[in-house]
Amino acid sequence: MYQEYLVPAKDFSIAGVASSNFKRLLKQLNVPPKLIKRIMVAVFEAEINVIAHSYGGKILCEISEDTITVQVIDTGPGIADLDLAMTEGWSTASEEIQELGYGAGMGLPNIKKNCDRLSINTKSGEHTHITMGFDLKEEQ
Amino acid sequence: MTEMSFHHAIKVIPSACKGCTHCMKQCPTQAIRVRYGKAEIDGQRCIDCGQCMAVCPNSAIKVEEDPFKQLENYDFRVAIVPAAFFAQFPDTISDAQVLGALYGIGFTHIYLAETGVDILSVLHAKQPSYELPMISNFCPAVQRLIQIRFPLLVDNLSRLRPPAQITAIFARSELSSLPSLLGIFYITPCAAKIAQFKTEWSEEHRLFDGIINANTLYNLVRSYLSSNEKVQDGTFTFPGCTKSALLWSLVRGQISSYEGRSLAVDEMHNVIEFLEILEDEEQSNLHFLELDACAEGCVGGRLNVRNRFLASERIKHSSQQLPIVLADELQQRILDQQTLLRNNLVLPPFETNPSLSLDTNHSKALYKLSKVNAMLQRLPGIDCGLCGSPSCESLAEDIAQNKASLRQCAVLKAREDSQPLARIWGGISTGADESKDDQV
Repeated sequence: MYQEYLVPAKDFSIAGVASSNFKRLLKQLNVPPKLIKRIMVAVFEAEINVIAHSYGGKILCEISEDTITVQVIDTGPGIADLDLAMTEGWSTASEEIQELGYGAGMGLPNIKKNCDRLSINTKSGEHTHITMGFDLKEEQ
Repeated sequence: MTEMSFHHAIKVIPSACKGCTHCMKQCPTQAIRVRYGKAEIDGQRCIDCGQCMAVCPNSAIKVEEDPFKQLENYDFRVAIVPAAFFAQFPDTISDAQVLGALYGIGFTHIYLAETGVDILSVLHAKQPSYELPMISNFCPAVQRLIQIRFPLLVDNLSRLRPPAQITAIFARSELSSLPSLLGIFYITPCAAKIAQFKTEWSEEHRLFDGIINANTLYNLVRSYLSSNEKVQDGTFTFPGCTKSALLWSLVRGQISSYEGRSLAVDEMHNVIEFLEILEDEEQSNLHFLELDACAEGCVGGRLNVRNRFLASERIKHSSQQLPIVLADELQQRILDQQTLLRNNLVLPPFETNPSLSLDTNHSKALYKLSKVNAMLQRLPGIDCGLCGSPSCESLAEDIAQNKASLRQCAVLKAREDSQPLARIWGGISTGADESKDDQV
């Protein structure tokens, strides 16, 4: 089944609403709590990334019998150097955003740590498309 | 995930229930449905928090109670009494008089439940591994709320045994040399505690021989005092504890003696709001959370008789006379029993209760969720409760689980039949494409 959540740019007051709604769904589906925790950390980070860095985007969640796939697609401006972005502690976040408690440079590394599969398609000046995969069976 | 069923202390009295839906709307675990004009409680979901009792306008929800005569089955009768019980009495009745009455009506030994707090600290009880922030397990309704509604937080629950249980172990150990049958009774203002005690596999069931509702005992004490005017003040020594232990059951009672960053939340709706936040965003900068289902803590328990603010004030006032450091004599008594106590300081890990999920089988749950979403497209989304489920969403879940039918929706029916009600409900969007309406 599919579920789609819109994430507007720069509205930190609603940060976490999309991942929270997704969490409610996972609880209804009796997904093991430990897996939900991992998914929550990864999706929350991705949601914050969209809010902090992009022009806005959406989160597409697909739940099947044995996998959960979450795609996060924004409308730009893309990541200039993906290797650098994957480095812990490296951040392009503005001072303004860091003052809000975000932008510690742990976003993408944290996402990678918490999902079973991760692919990132991005190019400077274009949109960023992150696909995270989680396996259901192993946690049982 | 436990398959053993939980006993419930909260019951609906069908003859008094009008099916008004107040309780159904208030229930934090959506455990109540109205069927055939009466509220029904789903035993898989109920956490015995008593929220339903508080809002019932017809006094149709009661807490189960065992007869006081159960004391007669024992040669020695121990009462484990919480500070909140003493606080139920007006200032004209002293703690010593209450104690005198408790002996007078049949108890042979009296322990203060809060002594358990001091026992834990004297023995330097160590918490097994947990996730931050640690959540107190003191309130049984909160503990069960987390198990059923916030499964991501079960590993945050404290696993130190609650004070009243510790006191029961202490009492049994101290009195083990008595020649004949010993009964340990817990006095409680709390329906969730009664439910725990009556659940056969629970720790409470193992540690206590009986449970006595605070309001019943209050009446017995008042009757005794009114017919025995000569109950002497000061004849009995108050079973000791420290100042901070006596305050334990009040809001902020636990965090006030905690050194790390901590906060206290009371009342069910506040607790739920806070747990939602906690489940969404890590708050690992916080170390300890005290969450109380009842307003003002245990003095807000459903079986109390006195106004909770007055009761809270009495406990605070009494605490002024208590020492900050535990009296040597009591400390020695605790150390004398430490062998048994030390083996019993920690509880096994808490398990989650999946009763709120659509199905324990993932594929079946997935199928049911698509059904829920299809139903939500058709339901009006105004959560009127006339169908007997607390909200349109829960009706959709009930339908997906074959527990209800779409025909129960009074609003859809009103629109269909163009009855006079359609004038009220007719204009409401169903959330579905309007063109589909003809097919409903």
